[in-house]
Amino acid sequence: MDLEKQKHAPVYEALQRLRRQRVVPFDVPGHKRGRGNPELVQLLGEQCVGIDVNSMKPLDNLCHPVSVILDAENLAADAFGAAHAFFMVGGTTSAVQSMILSACKAGEKIIVPRNVHKSVINAMVLCGAVPVYVNPDVQPRIGIALGMELSQLEQAIHANPDAVAVFVNNPTYYGICSDLRAIVNLAHAHNMLVLVDEAHGTHFYFNDTLPVSGMAAGADMAAVSMHKSGGSLTQSSLLLLNSSVNEGYVKQIINLTQTTSASYLLMSSLDISRRNLAQRGEVSFAKVMSMAEYAREEINAIGGYYAYGREICNGTSAFDYDVTKLSVYTRDIGLAGIEVYDLLRDEYDIQIEFGDIGNILAYISIGDRIQDIERLVGALADIKRLYAKDNTGMLSLEYIPPKVVATPQKAFYAKKEMLPLEDTHGRICAEFVMCYPPGIPILAPGEIITKDILAYIRYAKEKGCSMQGTEDPDVNKLNVLTED
Amino acid sequence: MEFWFSELHTGNVKMSIRCDRQLYSGQSDFQRIDVFESAEFGRFLVSNGSVIFSEKDEFIYDEMIVHVPMAVHPNVKNVLVIGGGDGGVARELSHYEEIEVIDVVEPDEMFVDVCREFFPDNAKGLEDPRVTIYNQDGLRALRTRHGEYDLIINDATDPFGHTAGLFTKEFYGLCYKALKDDGVMVYQHGSPFYDEDEGACRSMHSKAYRSFPICRVYQAHIPTCSAGYWLFGFASKKYHPLKDFDPKRWKKRAIQTWYYTTNLHTGAFMLPRYVEDLLEEAEDRNK
Repeated sequence: MDLEKQKHAPVYEALQRLRRQRVVPFDVPGHKRGRGNPELVQLLGEQCVGIDVNSMKPLDNLCHPVSVILDAENLAADAFGAAHAFFMVGGTTSAVQSMILSACKAGEKIIVPRNVHKSVINAMVLCGAVPVYVNPDVQPRIGIALGMELSQLEQAIHANPDAVAVFVNNPTYYGICSDLRAIVNLAHAHNMLVLVDEAHGTHFYFNDTLPVSGMAAGADMAAVSMHKSGGSLTQSSLLLLNSSVNEGYVKQIINLTQTTSASYLLMSSLDISRRNLAQRGEVSFAKVMSMAEYAREEINAIGGYYAYGREICNGTSAFDYDVTKLSVYTRDIGLAGIEVYDLLRDEYDIQIEFGDIGNILAYISIGDRIQDIERLVGALADIKRLYAKDNTGMLSLEYIPPKVVATPQKAFYAKKEMLPLEDTHGRICAEFVMCYPPGIPILAPGEIITKDILAYIRYAKEKGCSMQGTEDPDVNKLNVLTED
Repeated sequence: MEFWFSELHTGNVKMSIRCDRQLYSGQSDFQRIDVFESAEFGRFLVSNGSVIFSEKDEFIYDEMIVHVPMAVHPNVKNVLVIGGGDGGVARELSHYEEIEVIDVVEPDEMFVDVCREFFPDNAKGLEDPRVTIYNQDGLRALRTRHGEYDLIINDATDPFGHTAGLFTKEFYGLCYKALKDDGVMVYQHGSPFYDEDEGACRSMHSKAYRSFPICRVYQAHIPTCSAGYWLFGFASKKYHPLKDFDPKRWKKRAIQTWYYTTNLHTGAFMLPRYVEDLLEEAEDRNK
């Protein structure tokens, strides 16, 4: 990384120059620097609406960057150790979908872990790729899905030597990392691309003590949520490429669905966040790590809670752990993670990232202060004092390997009918069924509905799990493919 | 020379004090601290632009937050003061011989140093041999304490700044746990007058009321506070601030005061209608 060049932020600087030029706008957007919409100015401020401008010669164009956006993307590529970087303005969802659309064509197989974000399966609806699922290992004590186990991947590759790509979530929402270097070696040895969903891994690129990043491990593409740990505005993201991938083709793919009016608020936020990360990322994330470690120690000192760290690594499916994550197992004080989540928000005015059956996750970032950590720890201590109860039997997580008989695309566009749950046995499901949390699909479009799956859905409903993904909110009925 | 310090009490109301000179300005990890010298209020200390106390009116606040609980609780041995790095509260506590331990938790070391330098009359309270200063976050200090204190005084004033953690449900809960079975907590309750302060005032009462079996509010007139009108909270596990108030016992101590009297003690709990109303509403909400 060229630190001298990283001091620049080309998109941001071009916007500053434009402001000084006082150009009279006879182009879109129609609010004309806010003058046509005073209420918007009051809400967002003059600074903000003043840079909500359209592509023009001095500002370049995201659809076909040749000047300042290209320069900014090149600086981002240099900062992240990639051959090329694309600024994305449709969230990391658009980056993930562009990876899949670039790697697979209709009918081609892609190896994915079952606990993928739904954007991955949605991309397959768009392009007609066929998913080959690798079962996620489940941590026995805390009940969370782990990363991709190498032996499982090996099996999947041997059973599907014609697959074109391997997709990895790294890290998972909970901070679990797979053995990315070994996965890349294995996949490349079988001529498969490696696509990494690094939605929660921006910081891996800026501190050597954190787990290895996608680009450093030799992955071919990575989708990086700059707006999560990177500090940019919501919906801004990066798609990183290694030299093994044709940049021009990926750009065409991105332009299939990306807006032609990309927001300069989002792009400039990517630009200055990258500059900030390149210059101060290492120190900032060292501070985040120490705050998270401090919180872990203090929460574990309360007793009853288990704030886990590197000790949950097992050499395979939990190869490494992202210590900036603060996940806490709560079942031992007799409360589900989701209950603690609700108490924190309703009673203590503390909003955390999520709660599932057994865990909560508090997101610690470059914006946190130690006094806020004290509030979180204090609230957890008080919740234990006031609300702890007997630890009742925990819902065990079961994993039922899916039988994929139609591509997500075929199932999505096929003729469907809605049937009562008990009549769907043996039919092909046309929608997602997810037990949320943890959000791993029990069924995805194109999968056979088996007896085991129906039993599991009934059991999960009985236990009070929130079921999602179906058209019928109560999951008494399922959409299945018609039989003609 | 026209040299004025101004503080916005609301977006539309400003309090200004003519200053003679600025004695100090510094930035700690927690706050910007300024000290000014003025004709009307003597020296006064400012944190992030808000007056924390002045030589002229600090006695009101320090006396009211110490003598009211001390005249109710019959046997105070261990006291925890949260915030209070200026030493004013410790100074008032040092009048009581039966007190054995005064723990002062003040996260900001610089704040203590500045007070020692510019407000020696307050800071002398910190020289009492029973005082131990802990440079620690208040919530953190409380987490590990169980049933140790007879009295906790929350001396933090600002529910929105760096002391926001001391106006939360977890704070009242941790105080409850750190107190003995007959413990009392008193705390700053803000000013109820202006619309923008009223919400914080309601929310404090709502949280404390749900954490302690006895929870009453009392008032004082403090010129440098918002609207010159300030409330304190009295939260208690056992003693009622009026029913268990023992004026004779307190008078026997012959403590010299300038604001607090035993008559005033009772009167301070008699609140204006609009304050009673907002407190009652805070008690009713989400019952």
